[in-house]
Amino acid sequence: MKNIFSKSTLWFLGSAFLIYAVLQILVSAEILNSFWNTIIRIGGVMAIVSIGLNLIYGFNGQFSLGQWGFYAIGAYAAADVTYRWQINKSADGMVVLALATLLSGFAILWLRKRLSTVRGLDPLSAFTIYLAVTIILSALAWWLGTLISPTVTNGLNLLPAAVAMQIVFVSGVVFGAVVAAEISFLFGLPILSLGSDYFGIATLGFSIIIKILLDNSDTLLGFQEMKGARGMVGIPKETSLFWVFIFLVLVVVITRNLLRSSYGRAVISVREDEIAAKAMGIDIAEYKILAFVLGSFFAGLAGGLYAHINGFLHPNTFNFIKSFDPMIIIVFGGLGSISGTVFAAFAWALILEGVLRLFLPQGFETWRFVVYPILLLITMLLRPKGIFGDYEIPFLRQVLPKIRKTSETKGTDSPLEAHP
Amino acid sequence: MNTSPIVLLIQKIIKKGWLGKTFLALITLLAIWQIIVALQANPSLFLQQVINGLQLGFVYALIALGYTMVYGIVRLINFAHGDVFMFGAFVSFYSITRFQLHTWPQWLFPSIPHGLGLIIGAITVMAISMIACALLAIVVERIAYKPLRSAPRISALITAIGISFFLEYFAALNFVFSPNFITYKRPVEVVTWAIGLNGITTLGNGKAPPDGTILFSNIALIIILTSVLLMFGLQFIVKKTRIGKAMRSVAYDKQTARLMGINTDAIISTTFAIGAALAGAAGMLYAIAFPQIFFWMGIIPGLKSFVAAVLGGIGSIPGAFIGALIMGQAEVLSAAYISTPLRDAIAFSILIVVLLVRPTGIFGEPEREKA
Repeated sequence: MKNIFSKSTLWFLGSAFLIYAVLQILVSAEILNSFWNTIIRIGGVMAIVSIGLNLIYGFNGQFSLGQWGFYAIGAYAAADVTYRWQINKSADGMVVLALATLLSGFAILWLRKRLSTVRGLDPLSAFTIYLAVTIILSALAWWLGTLISPTVTNGLNLLPAAVAMQIVFVSGVVFGAVVAAEISFLFGLPILSLGSDYFGIATLGFSIIIKILLDNSDTLLGFQEMKGARGMVGIPKETSLFWVFIFLVLVVVITRNLLRSSYGRAVISVREDEIAAKAMGIDIAEYKILAFVLGSFFAGLAGGLYAHINGFLHPNTFNFIKSFDPMIIIVFGGLGSISGTVFAAFAWALILEGVLRLFLPQGFETWRFVVYPILLLITMLLRPKGIFGDYEIPFLRQVLPKIRKTSETKGTDSPLEAHP
Repeated sequence: MNTSPIVLLIQKIIKKGWLGKTFLALITLLAIWQIIVALQANPSLFLQQVINGLQLGFVYALIALGYTMVYGIVRLINFAHGDVFMFGAFVSFYSITRFQLHTWPQWLFPSIPHGLGLIIGAITVMAISMIACALLAIVVERIAYKPLRSAPRISALITAIGISFFLEYFAALNFVFSPNFITYKRPVEVVTWAIGLNGITTLGNGKAPPDGTILFSNIALIIILTSVLLMFGLQFIVKKTRIGKAMRSVAYDKQTARLMGINTDAIISTTFAIGAALAGAAGMLYAIAFPQIFFWMGIIPGLKSFVAAVLGGIGSIPGAFIGALIMGQAEVLSAAYISTPLRDAIAFSILIVVLLVRPTGIFGEPEREKA
């Protein structure tokens, strides 16, 4: 318990709350207009994706360019859920999504336990098994979900409309993120054994494939409401400053706690030296998957939040060129620095979306994307390791493992010694 | 312990990885099946598509060579390469429309045969765009990549992305290349031949081709010939000259090459310049084949060529060539026979499947220990 109320924790939570309160007051008093409000929320969303990517690339050393694909999956899944609730007055999207993710999620966890005892199972075979199970269970969830969704709809209608909307929104965002995480698990299983750059290209290919599928979401995938390349409109604008901050703080705390645990040290050891990590008895594939799935979960979360900012989604938002943005942000902020990532994400949103849009002189509006790469270049040339380098604020700083920890302390409730 | 034959079979299936292999084999068989069905349904149409794919594949090959050479020597994914390709197309466009450079033999020697004059003119234009691209690449390398040579690899990658953005949006400014689609003026007239079992006929304007023939244009011929010539030139430079030898040694081990008295910085610049020159030529060829240029034209061909380079094994020159041909065929055939909107998705799925089977590409060497 001592750890929870330590000085740095209080300092972190207090300042996070203070920043949120100040921003909320400024927004409510309309000193910051909706334009700046949007930019702050986009900054928060980018911070969430980038922390996910930092976990994968900065801490685990896997060069992933595919986060944007998971972001897109999260965005469209969550948007579909709230859209069906808002327009069709039906909770079927939420029920089916929740059932499908929960069923296949538990099946994957159960299978993983079983399959880990099978020796010599190659990733591709495991992938085939998981894929088959996921597809079967999703079909089952579809059938079950359409069966019970009227009941759930009626139940939600008993609640006040605003509360029901919030429930649908949060569950859409969370289950959308779980979808992204499960797809990343399936995809990462065979792909993560590739070497670093090849992994990057494969994930880039993944995000491009997702973008193309979204372009044809109404014809090929059969989701009429997504409207393919025309863009999905009519998504309720539910993402408030509050939700962005809640999720951002949660993501930061989860990442920080993960990295402070023995899991986190194993994740970092994979980045430092795979062979040495393997020699220490660390299951490299396991920790690569762990970081990849968690990072993609964050990306899906951010996508769900993003979808409800403007109420409009277009496949071009998920173009592969944009998929470099999180990469730019984490390198900008400093690889392996969470505070740097958060700072850089907000700075990126403020500069690119805010300052360069508003304050370029007349006749120079098209120079926005000329100035931006020049700023990028100058920063990279002056600080090749990012603005923050590997500096962290005290709350996020990693505790070096205490090497001489006696066996008496083992098995106690010390949060630093969670055993995998 | 008594194990039943079923358990033994399951164990064997697991040990040999048959489940995964069956899955991949099923996908591959499906693709092959599609191709066979297509070939049976209409052989001449199929061959036509293959030729279109070849034309595309050779252009991709030229771009892919630049990616693969630069990656081989500095381990950098040069995302700005596609924009160098765009720059090449624009340089050739301006030297044709503004300066009429493709007609210079006619001005100087009015008695020169028309065809020969055109060929010399077109080659001059291509040489100009190649030189311009090489200069651009050298400048970019000096400004953006050289200072970061000792920094982490990712910093150089981010600057490459930055340079790519910069080139695109700078080109989109009104006084540079303008943000509009521009119709490209070909330096040569298009001549189409219909090749059938009854011989070759030249198609005039608006004449429908006879049944059962394959259309083959001089554009395809130009693209294939030029690419092959340039690739042989590259092979010659890399394999037979002192610079090529130095390039190979730098790619193998930079530190040792420096100790042996090789000016590694100059060699790296040269590599960038050669790759960019090939991209410049590719830009002109692409614009001749698909006569519409705009500031974003480099992104998608650049990406696909890059994927081609990875497919063939990045760092390997024959690999880039084979990978590019596969990409060209995959794109054209899947557009024709499977689904037009999904053609890029299919091309990328092929990449992922190939990487699963051969993790470093078709011709790639197994990854060396991280230095």
